Amino acid sequence: MVEALSLKIAQGGAIPLDVQFAVGASQTLALVGASGAGKTTVLRSIAGLYRPARGHITVDGEPWFDSATGLHLPPQHRRVGFVFQSYGLFPHLTAAANIAEAMLGHPDRADRAEILLGRVHLSGLGQRFPRQLSGGEQQRVALARALARDPRLLLLDEPFSAVDQPTRRALHALLAEIRAETPMPMIFVSHDVEDAARSADRLCLLIAGTTVETGPPRTLLDDPASQLALWLT
Amino acid sequence: MDWLALRLSLQLALLTAAILLPIAIAVGRWLAITRIGGRAVIEAAITLPLILPPTVIGFYLLVAMGPDSPAGAAWTAVFGDTLVFSFKGILIASVLVNLPFAVQPAQRAFEAVGQDLRDAAATCGHSPWRTLWRIELPLAWPGIVTGAVLTFAHTMGEFGVVLMVGGSIPGQTRTIALSIYDRVQAFDDAAAGRMAALLMLISLLAVTAGFFLTGRTRRRG
Repeated sequence: MVEALSLKIAQGGAIPLDVQFAVGASQTLALVGASGAGKTTVLRSIAGLYRPARGHITVDGEPWFDSATGLHLPPQHRRVGFVFQSYGLFPHLTAAANIAEAMLGHPDRADRAEILLGRVHLSGLGQRFPRQLSGGEQQRVALARALARDPRLLLLDEPFSAVDQPTRRALHALLAEIRAETPMPMIFVSHDVEDAARSADRLCLLIAGTTVETGPPRTLLDDPASQLALWLT
Repeated sequence: MDWLALRLSLQLALLTAAILLPIAIAVGRWLAITRIGGRAVIEAAITLPLILPPTVIGFYLLVAMGPDSPAGAAWTAVFGDTLVFSFKGILIASVLVNLPFAVQPAQRAFEAVGQDLRDAAATCGHSPWRTLWRIELPLAWPGIVTGAVLTFAHTMGEFGVVLMVGGSIPGQTRTIALSIYDRVQAFDDAAAGRMAALLMLISLLAVTAGFFLTGRTRRRG
């Protein structure tokens, strides 16, 4: 596997972490675990929104975080696409403007925002404000905005948790389309193993901030002795 | 009608609101996002003018700005005049007294923006300045405007602190509130009534304009 992301972070204190995994180019990794297991903190650490005490994060060979040298690239310099659990849409801006906001300085950002809206199947809704969109539509706008920076990594925090079944199915399909079109690694957080297994190449089980097991979903789920299987029982 | 006092009050209120606007944005935002220890003490200190009698604040400011105080002596050494019983003195006092009126609504407004939006802006590539300008200020604007309007209206009616720090010198420190008091003392109820009605009208207009502006911003947002 050609590593696109290599992560090893650790710390004690109120948010204990001892996490290690790697993600290959075009691979999708799902971080699974109970609430409070540290999944979102890992995602935020990759994006530069949280600084763990020790460890390193490397993307395509470029160090983003290295506690040994004191390196901690700010989020602005990491070029990640981040879909927040609450979507994080700017309520005073239209859907198109929200997407364009991630492309400031880009000469064709309005046109590109329209293209991205089409890519997430929201053509024609660009002039709506977030409050005029359904939860699923808001999530798609957030996804389009995350893609707008041509990110090197796509991070999604609990994308399947607050949406209904049809929206969840549509999101699985949309993520599959994005994976087929864009060869970038994706990491998403989920507390639902079935959802995680459906869209991820590999699962990474976190218990109390510690990586317990990483592997292909079917391998882990079909092995009754795996930590994942034990955790589910 | 004491037009001179009215003009002085308007000058004082507008300058106080203008000076406090950037201070409220900076301090309000900082208080909204900082996790520094002792934040509660800073917030309590800013709130003090709301709960202390104006004469108490006025007394301390009079002592702090007097010619024998370090601040007063430094002011005289640099500018050659005194702070107390001057327009500059009541302006400084007014800025300090109105800190909670300007800062607290701004702080609440910045708190309401939420960390998720700041994080989202950072992952969109926005620097903290750009996030402030494009995301936080447009969303926090109603709170900031509310603070400015409250500051203006409160300064128009301020009495105790202005009297303690500035005295009641016509054309320099006699504001419309002091002039109303003077007219009442002189049994000129008609003049006092006219000025009181005008002061009430101006305050009503200011607060209405504030509600109108913030309502429009909310409808847009």
